[in-house]
Amino acid sequence: MTDLGWIDAAMTSARPQAVAALLRYFRNLETAEEAFQEACLRALQKWPVNGPPRDPAAWLILVGRNFALDEARRRSKQQALPDEEILSDTDDAETAMADRLDSEDYRDDVLRLLFVCCHPDLPANQQIALALRIVSGLSVQEIARAFLVGESAMEQRITRAKRRVSQADVPFETPGAVERAERLSTVAAMIYLLFNEGYSASGGELHIREPLCEEAIRLARLLLRLFRGDPEIMGLNALLLLQHARAPARLDANQNIVLMEDQDRRLWRREMIAEAFALLDKAVRLQQPGPYQIQAAIAAVHARAPRAEDTNWHEIDRLYALLETVQPSPVVTLNRAVAVMKCDGPAKALEMIEPLASALSGYFHFHGLRGGLLMQLNRNDEARVSFDKAISLANTAAEAAHIRTHLDKLMEEGKKRKH
Amino acid sequence: MLYAVICYNSEAVVGAWSKEKDEAVMQHHQGVMAKFAAKGKLGPVARLMPTTTATTVRSGREMMVLDGPFAETKEQMLGFYLFDCETLEEVITAARELVHEPGCVEIRPVMYYHPGVPGLAGEAASGQ
Repeated sequence: MTDLGWIDAAMTSARPQAVAALLRYFRNLETAEEAFQEACLRALQKWPVNGPPRDPAAWLILVGRNFALDEARRRSKQQALPDEEILSDTDDAETAMADRLDSEDYRDDVLRLLFVCCHPDLPANQQIALALRIVSGLSVQEIARAFLVGESAMEQRITRAKRRVSQADVPFETPGAVERAERLSTVAAMIYLLFNEGYSASGGELHIREPLCEEAIRLARLLLRLFRGDPEIMGLNALLLLQHARAPARLDANQNIVLMEDQDRRLWRREMIAEAFALLDKAVRLQQPGPYQIQAAIAAVHARAPRAEDTNWHEIDRLYALLETVQPSPVVTLNRAVAVMKCDGPAKALEMIEPLASALSGYFHFHGLRGGLLMQLNRNDEARVSFDKAISLANTAAEAAHIRTHLDKLMEEGKKRKH
Repeated sequence: MLYAVICYNSEAVVGAWSKEKDEAVMQHHQGVMAKFAAKGKLGPVARLMPTTTATTVRSGREMMVLDGPFAETKEQMLGFYLFDCETLEEVITAARELVHEPGCVEIRPVMYYHPGVPGLAGEAASGQ
């Protein structure tokens, strides 16, 4: 291969493991990151000449660790650095390191690194930014662009988050089973948030930001490779794949939202759907249902329907009812109401969502659905009020435009009636 | 002689490819397939889903079904089957029949499949 793209791919894929191991050695995020950066610089010099090392992660960990140790020694004794050859001569050590990397600790290392980014004091958007910077290795500029904020603002946000995290006391001992499960679920929630930020942007011109979705899927896959037998992590992977599979059909050429029932299903990414089905199949065998598995199962019902009218809404209603018992929330009930509307009509659905009014008064989708139900019941004046409210709460131009099409429809019907 | 050619790479690296890169690689493979299909030399080709979708069936004193890929280095790949099944349960049932000797089979869903050309002329050692 003549191009050096492989170096980039090797470094990106080795990053979580390498930074995580360096964090365990140095117990300091700043040092671990610096050591990794330095190891990458050396890799850029060495690898094109020597070819790829047998285990790139082991190489980067070893070189990074040697660098940081020498750096510490140099600082304390003001000695000269050992020469380049010694620093990057890893031939023997690499094999031993690679053997150790197969062991369990590395799994806990990566989990710890992800968990460090999810400090409970950090607001969700800072957790995500930190994970993208530290675990995924996106540049501050890339993250700033994804969140539509200025680069210096993002730089500040990440620096602040890092400071907060470095003051936190994350235990470095191997976690026990309960603690590991807690970390896993916190990290899964962060990955889900990251995906949602891409799936339905909380602001800006673009309604979907695919790179964020792809990064979330990459992290979810990483987590599943570490915890292969965990049914909820299988569910999370399946859920993200199923949602992302629809991306090519979710917006039309003018960036307007296309509702699932109107989407051209031939555009759905079949490979992702197939992978999600395979994961759900595996998860179901373990018989430990959880929120991610149930949500994935709901998405799977949609993916199985060749046409919108083939959708098994009764199954979706049943699954949402299950989700309501496992993870009760007004948003879950709101989503269930759509299934109820399809099975039992708009009046029943409206009855179901009216009690949510105070809990979801600031939620775009609540007013959008309420307006839609009222419109179906020919209560057009009330529908208009709900739609207006929805527009005022829309997060993106596409959301607002979508509701406007309903309002236009109401206007036209109003005119027709007058004539 | 029929030959199986088995592709290896780091899943983490392949998973870090951009969509464009992945598509370019697949396009390259399709070019190779078309070339050898035209010569009548191509058998079935499959791209497997990631190992996260794998299930392993191992027989010893008892039959065990494990989540995850085959991970031993003491055993070597001896052959493979392709089954067309509706569910994972169905293929696990088939796999159980295969491991009547102590041993192990890994089940991996197929992501991409090309049937190759019909009636390959190659003679496997005991070929019919």
